[in-house]
Amino acid sequence: MSRFDDTLHDLHALDSHAARPNALTRLDPRSKILATLFYIVAVVSFDRYAILALLPLAWYPVALAALGNVPPAALGRKLLLALPFALMIGIFNPLLDTAPMVDLFGISISAGWVSFASILLRFALTVSAALLLVATTGFDQVCVGLNRLGVPRALTTQLHLLHRYAEVLAGEAARMVTARELRAYARRRLNLNVYASLLGHLLLRALERAQRIHLAMLARGFDDEVRGSQELGWRRVDMAFLTICAASFILARSIDLPRALGHILLKALS
Amino acid sequence: MHMADALISPVVGATLWVAAGTTLTYCSRTLRQDRQERLVPLMGVLGAFVFAAQMINFSIPATGSSGHLGGGLLLAILLGPPAAFVVIASVLAVQALFLGDGGLLALGANICNLGLFPCFVGYLLIFRPLLGANLLCRTSRRISVVTVLAAIISLQLGAFSVVMITLLSGISSLPFSGFLLLMQPIHLAIGLAEGLATAAIVLFLQRARPDLFSSASRATSINPLLAAFGFAAACIAGVGAWFASTLPDGLEWSIAHAGGRVEPTNLAAAWPAVDAGTSLEGILGAAATLSLILGFGFLLRLRHKS
Repeated sequence: MSRFDDTLHDLHALDSHAARPNALTRLDPRSKILATLFYIVAVVSFDRYAILALLPLAWYPVALAALGNVPPAALGRKLLLALPFALMIGIFNPLLDTAPMVDLFGISISAGWVSFASILLRFALTVSAALLLVATTGFDQVCVGLNRLGVPRALTTQLHLLHRYAEVLAGEAARMVTARELRAYARRRLNLNVYASLLGHLLLRALERAQRIHLAMLARGFDDEVRGSQELGWRRVDMAFLTICAASFILARSIDLPRALGHILLKALS
Repeated sequence: MHMADALISPVVGATLWVAAGTTLTYCSRTLRQDRQERLVPLMGVLGAFVFAAQMINFSIPATGSSGHLGGGLLLAILLGPPAAFVVIASVLAVQALFLGDGGLLALGANICNLGLFPCFVGYLLIFRPLLGANLLCRTSRRISVVTVLAAIISLQLGAFSVVMITLLSGISSLPFSGFLLLMQPIHLAIGLAEGLATAAIVLFLQRARPDLFSSASRATSINPLLAAFGFAAACIAGVGAWFASTLPDGLEWSIAHAGGRVEPTNLAAAWPAVDAGTSLEGILGAAATLSLILGFGFLLRLRHKS
């Protein structure tokens, strides 16, 4: 059941990067959440044909991956897995928008290809930023940070519990599906009756598990608040991080830096 | 379907985040006021259930394809709309943060598409009125038909919403009518599959655990919910009004079909890179920028290792 294995691995692996302390894990989760949100807004605010101007913004995921000890290969693999949807919609652009836009050493490139490339670039930047947020902060800390930023407690508690039990339930589901496959002989596909029974039993197990968990939590004094492992404290380094990020995003948004750099280089070479 | 950040503009994304955030705040407040703390672990585990269930495919009869459960309608049936909405939002958030499935800006849009429509339209306005609070006295056929109807309508609304959002964002060049004709039939089939799967599970539960459906404490007052839904609809309509003032898309589609330019002709003025000289400049600049960034990353990693 490779699909279950992959997802289980994903849930665990991303968090494990944050378990080892580094310069980024020591930052307040709120500064990282806000920086990531500014980043995504900055990236998507470019117009549809922007490619060059987007490039400087790649510094943020690269720096986070480097400082957070996240192997680029793992990140790249995740990006590839998540690519299909953006690809499916974006591929229509070159087909529909055929007006020529750029003349590259004699080859005319249509506007559709330019906007398609822009879509893919935006996709890579925004998805990496989201993944790196969890990889450098840890999901539990993200929930605590979100709560302090004003997200309702019902949602952050829900996120926390979902993360905790997703692995448990996915493991349970994987065992049930494997058991059924081993007994199914020639029938690899699930028909609706068997599917309903499988999911129905999974749901019943989930409900009973929820009942046991609730009683256990009550017995330990649960009062509807899941507390984080460390108290949050906003320090100067958090402010510095957020300010540097925001300033660089605004700069990259206002000035087309690669073009300026290319201009200077061309002048220097000629 | 999960929308990606790359296809949404900040204005549209922010508007939908406001709609999703308002509804989430309303649902959280409702849960707190109704003293539904006992629901908290149940919501967590059911969220994990939906997360796991989305990985199991079943084969759709009479076709060669397979589908999987979305979960919104089932959650609304089990938990009631406010709790179900919070659970769906959390599942989508985890998918965005861990699997890169849909982005953080698009999360608001995805929560609206996959949460608002099944929970507040499919369940509240279709399933509940047609079947009543007590499911035990309903026949299997009636439950199946109503569930399939609710699922189909929720998914049609969701698909239409995706088309509108993509259109209003203006990043993709897909024409309105073409995209609509593509999305609606596909989601008709997906809605049918979702309805059948949900109905099958509900019927199973009806036989196995009838006590789940006999609680009469599921009465939710509709008015505040309709107000929240109305607010969300007003936001979306407000953004839609901007679109209404541009060229109709039927016209754009016809123009494209006739072989003309879909985009306005003053683009040459806005895009300076038309001759080889400035193209070289662009390429040099791009190469230099990328090398600087990669070098920076490399240095950081080296410095960290030492």
